[in-house]
Amino acid sequence: MAQSLGSEAKAGLKLISPTALYVIFLLAVPLATVLLYSVLTGGRGNVSLPVTGENYAEIFFHPKFAYLYIMFKSLMVALGVTFITVMLAYPVAYFVSFHVRPERKSLWLFLITIPFWTSYIIRVSLWFVILGYGGLVDQMLISLGITDVQLNIASYSILSIVIVLAHAYAPFAVLPIFVSLEKVDRSLLEAGQDLGESRWITFLRVTLPLSMPGVIAAALIVFIPTVGDYVTPELVGDGKEPMIANIIETQLLKLQNFPQGSAFAVASMLMVGIVSVAFVLLNKRFIGVQK
Amino acid sequence: MKKAPILKGYTLFYLLFLYGPILLLPIFAFNDSKVVAFPLKGLTLNWFAEMAADQNLRTAAKNSLIIAFSVASISTILGIFAARASVRYRFPGKAPIMAMIMLPLVLPEMIVAMALLVVLLSLGIQLSLFTVIVGQVLICTPFAVAILTSAFQSLDRSLEEASLDLGETAVSTFRLIVLPLVMPGIMASFLICFTISFDEFIIANFLGSGKPILSVYIFGQFRFPAKVPSMLALGTVLVLFSICLLGVAEYMRRRGIAKAGGNNSGGLQ
Repeated sequence: MAQSLGSEAKAGLKLISPTALYVIFLLAVPLATVLLYSVLTGGRGNVSLPVTGENYAEIFFHPKFAYLYIMFKSLMVALGVTFITVMLAYPVAYFVSFHVRPERKSLWLFLITIPFWTSYIIRVSLWFVILGYGGLVDQMLISLGITDVQLNIASYSILSIVIVLAHAYAPFAVLPIFVSLEKVDRSLLEAGQDLGESRWITFLRVTLPLSMPGVIAAALIVFIPTVGDYVTPELVGDGKEPMIANIIETQLLKLQNFPQGSAFAVASMLMVGIVSVAFVLLNKRFIGVQK
Repeated sequence: MKKAPILKGYTLFYLLFLYGPILLLPIFAFNDSKVVAFPLKGLTLNWFAEMAADQNLRTAAKNSLIIAFSVASISTILGIFAARASVRYRFPGKAPIMAMIMLPLVLPEMIVAMALLVVLLSLGIQLSLFTVIVGQVLICTPFAVAILTSAFQSLDRSLEEASLDLGETAVSTFRLIVLPLVMPGIMASFLICFTISFDEFIIANFLGSGKPILSVYIFGQFRFPAKVPSMLALGTVLVLFSICLLGVAEYMRRRGIAKAGGNNSGGLQ
């Protein structure tokens, strides 16, 4: 390169500045504001000094630990959905990676990802038609004589929330697992079997550990949006089982309590952050095993 | 390839689970009954007619198209700047800047929406279609950057150097050599961002302050049983629309890779 590093750096910074300024002003500044508001005193529609830890205390010590329970519930639902989604997706990714001819792989992946690109709202709403009162599941069960009352699965909020979210985020999980399976050196598997291991043992000892980074990535990709999902609890759960996103909405919009809503937002970001770091550390462990 | 009948059966079953709800759309959109129930009652186009006659729906669709077009354009342009800079140049602060740009991928959308909302409300800015666009650009830009980064990466650097050696300026090299080669990536980014924006609900709902936008409208209508069949008709149209856009995006992406002389590994580099 004829250019010195200085001018290259200048050119790079100049080129990235529109995008960088956009995210600094419209993402970094708002996030910093939320962080700041979360330690200020709030009333209806106003924010003022002094600095206080009361908003966080409210989250932890609300009567009967109601808010703590909601955060815990959101976390458990998201972890449950993540676990189910990843478990369901793994065999699919394995099939496409190991049993589909190379030229057909992208077709299969395309088929798996199409539903993800169709309207999320419509997919969630369709579950309402399927699981709700007098919905398709109820009709089928009644006409088969299995039950004669409307089960209305949608009213069992948590169960239906888990079903709907596991369906909505299914394609997300297949792709990262597929990518890591593609990277597994096929000769290692042959070596394992040549040395007399069964295919199942080879899978457990070679393929599964090597594909673990993909599994962790899939878990993260599913976990993050499900923790903050707003639509599903609102529509399928009938709003009876609010999750963390619904609480943030109530505080910020309905009660106009910016500091309290901000504290919830920060607390949920912390929760997502801690779990994500735990996932990444798990990933590091498995990479360590490979070496 | 070894045969694996159980795995294959499972995968087909999984696809059925994925597509199940979507398959209900056309079935009941053409069904001549106000209730969504089996057995089917016969064919009708009434629900499509009802959908087409719905004035609010038209306004919402128009707003959604305006938003999606603006968001896709802005995100793709911001994506070009960021992707080009990150692929081509080394500069201080590159890692944190890129991390900030990609951050919305790993933040729950609700947090992005609420953070922006708090600032807008504090500044007393009126919520409108414009604020929805501003918010959705944040969500779409990381996707644009990801797509465009792979487009710029597969670009052969020597072509640019040849052009510069032959006396073209940096700007004309970009216009004559780089831009045509990454054009398929740009189109793919535009279409993907368009699709994401068109379907997006959370930002449309909270930063739009009740303005009629398609996803918000659908969300509201599904609560009224009488409206469900015409919403299913609308869903059928939207799903076909999305699939067409994606088909074009996928075609562009592959043509881009072929043009740059790379090999196609299903877009998963």
